[in-house]
Amino acid sequence: MLPLLILVPLAALLLCNLPFNRQIRCTAVFLFAGAWSLIQSAMVLFRTDVLVAPSAINKFISFGLHLTDVGRVLLLTIGVVTFAAVMVGNRMVTGERARFNFINVLLVSLVGMNGAVTVTDLFSLYVFLEVTSVSSFVLIAFNRDRNGLEGAFKYLVMSAVATVMMLTAVGLMLMFAGDTSFSAVHKALTVNGGHMLAKLAMILFVSGLFIKGGLVPFHGWLPAAYSAAPAPVSVLLGGVVTKVSGIYALVQLSQNVFPPNAVVNHILMVVGTASIIVGALAALGQTDMKRLLAYSSISQVGYIILALGAAGQGGTPGKLALAGAVFHLFNHAIFKSLLFCNSAAVEDIVGTTDMLRLGGLGARMPLTSATSVVGLLSTAGIPPLSGFWSKLLIIVALWQSGLYAYAVLAVLFSVVTLAYLLTMQRKVFFGTLREELSRVTEVGMSLLLPQVILAIVTIALGVLFPLLFNTFLLPVGKL
Amino acid sequence: MKLDALNYILVAALVVSALGTVMAARLLMAALGLAITSAVLSIILFRFDAPLAAVFELSVCAGLIPAIFISAIGMTRRMSDEDLAERQKRRFRKLWFLPVLTILIGVALTRVHVALDFPMPGATAVKDVREVLWNLRHVDLVGQVVILMGGAFAVVVLVKELKHE
Repeated sequence: MLPLLILVPLAALLLCNLPFNRQIRCTAVFLFAGAWSLIQSAMVLFRTDVLVAPSAINKFISFGLHLTDVGRVLLLTIGVVTFAAVMVGNRMVTGERARFNFINVLLVSLVGMNGAVTVTDLFSLYVFLEVTSVSSFVLIAFNRDRNGLEGAFKYLVMSAVATVMMLTAVGLMLMFAGDTSFSAVHKALTVNGGHMLAKLAMILFVSGLFIKGGLVPFHGWLPAAYSAAPAPVSVLLGGVVTKVSGIYALVQLSQNVFPPNAVVNHILMVVGTASIIVGALAALGQTDMKRLLAYSSISQVGYIILALGAAGQGGTPGKLALAGAVFHLFNHAIFKSLLFCNSAAVEDIVGTTDMLRLGGLGARMPLTSATSVVGLLSTAGIPPLSGFWSKLLIIVALWQSGLYAYAVLAVLFSVVTLAYLLTMQRKVFFGTLREELSRVTEVGMSLLLPQVILAIVTIALGVLFPLLFNTFLLPVGKL
Repeated sequence: MKLDALNYILVAALVVSALGTVMAARLLMAALGLAITSAVLSIILFRFDAPLAAVFELSVCAGLIPAIFISAIGMTRRMSDEDLAERQKRRFRKLWFLPVLTILIGVALTRVHVALDFPMPGATAVKDVREVLWNLRHVDLVGQVVILMGGAFAVVVLVKELKHE
């Protein structure tokens, strides 16, 4: 059934471009995208066995796809965040033609992300990462305004550099392995991993993924792209696209393809820590809500990468770090999508995300404000929300691995996270309502629903953590 | 593969077109330079028995990506001839070192010896591009179709809709 994750959205994409009435096609494809993202999430949550079971389709098409435990988490993330983006897009993308184009490109992105999560070959991974990148480029530039085009151009240029690095690495690995499948490359690198060219290949691929993931020092494109993109695209990008194209690929490679390598692990930890620090400090000085959230994303992704590097230390702490990394990846996708949905709501009602022109909106938008509090507290790692548990796992794993300095920095910058997010909350939602905003009202159902769902998921993941720890996280970390 | 005269010519063409792409003052010329660079690279890949990579390079990098660039350039305003000449001068002043650096790196690479002291199993010995595309790499083929669709939507979103408006 796994090929269906690629083929069904692709078939929908082809069908909706047949020459029928555009209005009907537009409505149908919006409904399909929302429904399919929910079906995908439900299948991962309740019927993973259906997804991975061989079916009649495998007799005709075998893409050699495989679903790992981490892949399951990502498929769920893709489903949930895509649903949120569809809901936000349904409200904020106006005009029949624009809506039709938006949902088409979003489906292309969905195909790319689903493919990247399930392939078992380095070249195929590269191909589907490119699918995701091309669709992201179009989505960022969707409004064709100056900022959007600038953000898309920066993303395109950096993405091209990453592509060169990754393709060079794939070429070198092909030279070692004679094949680009994960298993063949793993086998070849286990034997020849110490060779200079093998190390170069690993570092090139990892650096390419750093660019795609927007990690320091390759993060220049990310704030421009996130803040310039239309609101539903920011939800998609901030929530899941960079997670799949950079972070998931890194997890997959470091766990299943590259043999244990101290150099790569150190690079991961240093880059992760630098991202935590730079992202958080840069977020402190922002006056635009979306730009602040973009820098916050860099910082939070840093925690995932730091934990991934610690996972390479091996032993039980290493496995705990991996479980923490995957849990934080999922949590961050959810609460960052939530915060971007909040900013979309503000943008929809007020027409700006400039925090200097906002204030006191909590009185007029109580649900948006309340869900924003849930998102920011979870991001800062406040108990009992989901972000607290994933950060706790990461910090405990770092401490148990003897990486005390990294653990202390991780704790310290959680406090900084709380500082800049509370500042955001104060400037946007708390305080006295500005006179020019006196006519503001709460957003409609299309924007409220994703906020409420994502807030409930954030709370539920935190409250139900003991249950999740045994049934979900321990298998991921192979503890 | 032995580096015969044709390969030297192709590599030289690749380097010259790549430098031209970077140093061109007109965006349109840069996009065309990129297409030429990718086309030359595709020929090199074909000659190195890598048909899949060559097909991918030719269709996506030589075709789709420049098409997207040209679509975006179509939305910009044309510079006056005087401005263009001034910009070309500034560009040469800024990037004069690039050809020099390229030559130096080229010379250095011929001097550096990387020991290839590991067994090289060689790529899967399937020469027929149809066999590669339809039996071994059909998931990549699907991916490529989707990339092309993404590119088509890029043109629609960035250019066609603008004209419509």
